[in-house]
Amino acid sequence: MTAKLTNAQIAWRAAQDIPDGAYVNLGIGFPEMVAKFKPKGRQVIYHTENGILDFGEAPPAGEEDWDLINAGKKAVTLNPGASFFHHADSFAMVRGSHLDVAILGAYEVAENGDLANWSTGPGSVPAVGGAMDLVHGAKRVCVITDHTTKDGRPKLLKECRLPLTGVGCVTTVYTSLAVVDIVNARFVLREKLATISLDELQALTEATLVVEGTVKDLVVPEV
Amino acid sequence: MNKISPSVEDAVSDIRDGMVVMIGGFGGAGAPIELIHALVERYKKTGSPGRLTVVNNNAGNGAVGIAAMIYAGMVAKMVCSFPRSSDPKAFTERYLAGEIELELVPQGTLAERIRAGGAGIPAFYTPTSFGTLVAEGKPVAEFDGRKYVQERWLKADVALIKAELADKKGNLTYHKAARNFSPLMATAAAVTIVQASRITEPGEIDPEHVVTPGIFVNRIVEVVDPKQEEALLREVTK
Repeated sequence: MTAKLTNAQIAWRAAQDIPDGAYVNLGIGFPEMVAKFKPKGRQVIYHTENGILDFGEAPPAGEEDWDLINAGKKAVTLNPGASFFHHADSFAMVRGSHLDVAILGAYEVAENGDLANWSTGPGSVPAVGGAMDLVHGAKRVCVITDHTTKDGRPKLLKECRLPLTGVGCVTTVYTSLAVVDIVNARFVLREKLATISLDELQALTEATLVVEGTVKDLVVPEV
Repeated sequence: MNKISPSVEDAVSDIRDGMVVMIGGFGGAGAPIELIHALVERYKKTGSPGRLTVVNNNAGNGAVGIAAMIYAGMVAKMVCSFPRSSDPKAFTERYLAGEIELELVPQGTLAERIRAGGAGIPAFYTPTSFGTLVAEGKPVAEFDGRKYVQERWLKADVALIKAELADKKGNLTYHKAARNFSPLMATAAAVTIVQASRITEPGEIDPEHVVTPGIFVNRIVEVVDPKQEEALLREVTK
């Protein structure tokens, strides 16, 4: 079994690529962890679908205002300069190319940038929330995910098998083993853990990993 | 002009069977609990209004608000983006039993369909859902080299809204992120019914601060210290 990054480390790596001054939407759940690893000195303004720009950390237990929540229905606080707005304005920010970065989880990503992250197929109650909107409009749409499923099958595929969230929408994938950009409908390998060979990584990836120039070591601290 | 109702019961008294009812709120923030429960109580006493179509981001949580409507059996169809919550049993059981219909709409599309409904725009094109199951059967068109899905407006017979302040002319402000869908829904319903924590004289809300102008509001009822759905759920589960 190859060593791999923890979820916190994947979140840390994704956070390093968020530039100063960026407007960012973090998906519910795992992507919310990215906020913890914002590099010091950078100012990032977080957007939440339910109508807040520039929210801050969770309040201490017992001090929640349940009219002040994020899209995951968790209590948040406001930073100085925060604003409220209704849902149509909120999604104008999303679809209208005003967000710099959206970070989402994934069940599957295809080499052409297709994303599946909302439905595991029939048999359950379908729920999409804002995911189908968020994948369109942000200048960078990033996915953070384990490189494979729990039972070891690739999640970076030639084509998605699960119902799609969006077509050709993902720009970068941060996995537990590598950082991969999607360029002209191909997975271009930018970084990989030094402990895994290219052949080993390719064996865990269904679609071809293209190497252009040097592949850097994926270096992440213990977090 | 008199937009003020004497009670929540009076405010919702003309909602009838089969109506489309938009209900403001995102999770517990902005849910007009007192208006909803006035409707639930009437249904329990009289069997009406039933067979309602309810438009909301979610499909109820626990056993209060929209979940109480579903448990009572008065909802035939939900139009929402995310029918899950910390306790989605009310909807999930009835949905899996085939007793309640679901129209699943991506959240931004839901907002824009309501906005369009209120703005007199019958349809629009959005990149959202192109190439997905949600777009099946909908017209697609290309603009500047990119494909977009046609979505139609969404209108309602009634909207139930929770506001912070209302003046007697119906101008509204909201409380923090409890605003969410409410300003849109207020525009898209034939009759917009508002519960406000305080009703003020006209002029007390600075015109610069009005979020929903009174033209979109038909009926106001004062509910001092309204219940907050999430706080209510946490009391129940304590």
